[in-house]
Amino acid sequence: MPVAGVDIGSLTAKAVVMDGNEMIARSLIPTGHNSREAGRRALELALEEAGLKESEVDAVVATGYGRLAVDFEAERVTEITCHARGAHFMHPDTRTVIDLGGQDSKAIAIDERGKVLDFVMNDKCSAGTGRFLEVMAHALEIELDDMGELSLGSKSPASISSVCTVFAESEVVSRVAEGASKVDIVAGIHQAIASRVYAMAARIPIETKILMTGGVARNIGVVRALEAKFSREICVPEMPQHTGALGASVIAREKAAAAV
Amino acid sequence: MSDEGDNLSLTQIKATDQMKQLMVEYYIEAKTTTEKPICWITSGGPVEFLIAMDVIPVYPENHGAMCGAAKIAPGLAETAEEMGFSRDLCSYARADIGGAVKQDGAIPGGLPKPDFLLCCNNICGTVTKWYEELSRYFDVPMFLMDTPFIHTTKTKHATEYVRQQCLELVGFLEKQTGREFSLEKFAEVALRSVAAVELWKGVLKTAESRPSPFTCFDAFIHMAPIVTLRGTQQVVDYYELLKGEMEQRIADGIGAVPEEKYRLVWDNIPIWYAMRSLGNLFASNQACLVADTYTTAWAVDIKIDDPLTSMADAYTKVYLNIAIDIMLDQLLGLMEKYQADGLVMHSNRSCKPYSLGQYDLARAVTERTGKPALIIEADMTDSRVYSEAQVRERVEAFIESL
Repeated sequence: MPVAGVDIGSLTAKAVVMDGNEMIARSLIPTGHNSREAGRRALELALEEAGLKESEVDAVVATGYGRLAVDFEAERVTEITCHARGAHFMHPDTRTVIDLGGQDSKAIAIDERGKVLDFVMNDKCSAGTGRFLEVMAHALEIELDDMGELSLGSKSPASISSVCTVFAESEVVSRVAEGASKVDIVAGIHQAIASRVYAMAARIPIETKILMTGGVARNIGVVRALEAKFSREICVPEMPQHTGALGASVIAREKAAAAV
Repeated sequence: MSDEGDNLSLTQIKATDQMKQLMVEYYIEAKTTTEKPICWITSGGPVEFLIAMDVIPVYPENHGAMCGAAKIAPGLAETAEEMGFSRDLCSYARADIGGAVKQDGAIPGGLPKPDFLLCCNNICGTVTKWYEELSRYFDVPMFLMDTPFIHTTKTKHATEYVRQQCLELVGFLEKQTGREFSLEKFAEVALRSVAAVELWKGVLKTAESRPSPFTCFDAFIHMAPIVTLRGTQQVVDYYELLKGEMEQRIADGIGAVPEEKYRLVWDNIPIWYAMRSLGNLFASNQACLVADTYTTAWAVDIKIDDPLTSMADAYTKVYLNIAIDIMLDQLLGLMEKYQADGLVMHSNRSCKPYSLGQYDLARAVTERTGKPALIIEADMTDSRVYSEAQVRERVEAFIESL
């Protein structure tokens, strides 16, 4: 009995289709201005890949900021719970999840069953999120996807101390004017994110295994900077951006089983 | 969590109409009186002295809450900001100053102009500077009642210091009104104040029942009379009515939240502009806010055999004038008494004394009780710093984890 999970975030919409214990299809598209449409389209794409029709799916769970907007039949669960379940499904020994998404960052403490014990989220500020990195990539005229590798070559990261995205952007421009290399500036940006995320995550108990999810987990520079800050290894799953959608489909599977 | 529950509304309280009538009559009298002097007073101030001297108390903070609920506070605050007041200043102060200058607010034409001011710093230090500003702007005298902060235990000296100021306040009021203070009349007022406070405590206590007939969102609305007019007979009558209705609900097994599953305690001033949406959000997730640290602030003990000393004592011991360890004891007491499953804390950008220490309190409550705590960031009246989607996310995730 196939089930699906759809995660409509601020920047991207993701869908995962599961059959039994296996993920059989997934999709990822930009959310754009219409989160309802993005959710539907992400679900359709994943179903198409799985070779299924919507009527053949037993249960769908929607999550992410766009979960309330979806027009298909779905249960709604917050992405905190979904990220916890998705992380647990992939790595059952995970006890801390750090999710850095497009517009928010969060740290979640979970138990041995993937249940949320505690969580913290960023306040109303985009610093330390995917959007922050996008703004910085634009300011430096580099590709977002190149930032991670680029920063690994830095010997002396530039200091970026502002906690505001707009002010940090001006700070980056000042560093360029002072003659700092792009490599050092990008490394400095990653350190700034790591400091901010660490200060937030330290409010909850940090247990042995940290799993990092969300789009920013694809940036190896941020991952390394966080490892340095936490003095621990950080595990990044194969598809960090799909963790919420995967968790949603795991919950959908339970709902479908319970309904039988 | 399903979306369909969002249309659930909280069970309506019949006494609400009487409360609104009481508050309307109060504001009409304050706006139209030609005989009684008007005194602006802080929310933690000793209003009994004003009532005993036939002075009409007017509360900028109550008005600030009304402006917040009516969603007009940001506009008033902007006027204050244009004058140079920082956006980091308390939004009650900004809305009040803006409202005074624009002669605008939640009641037509804004609050009636004060003849004098009574400021008690038991709730924060901001009120001192705020009232000094009002004193200059309106060119009226101000009385400052200084209540020493309680770090560990309240000393005899502190009580005596505040009691002496009560006597000075009497002199100030005699001078301002040209009338003589009557101890007999004051004792009558104190008696009614005690009666109203006892009834209010009784109302709050009904929320110990399962299901609770009352939520803190109701308490936030129904606290207006106990804050503004305690010491008057109408307030006593009103809380008798409200308490009766709540007791009847208990007898009939009626809960404020239709299907109460979770019981939570609220900390800090309400988010006035989001009360309805938050009330519905919690209710649709089967969660009832059964108690709070805010409305219990007006459930103080006053002893009738020595009203002056016990008032000095009570006004010094309010929640915002005590050390964090004592706050924690009170929070733990509420959690236990009301059998709460968790704690929801509003980190209020406006109110620093209330919000400072919340992360420590949250951690300590979880350690001592094993119950989780949620912190949401907002402001009591300045909706410009509120993100509904973020708050919904946190509240729902918190309830999912209970």
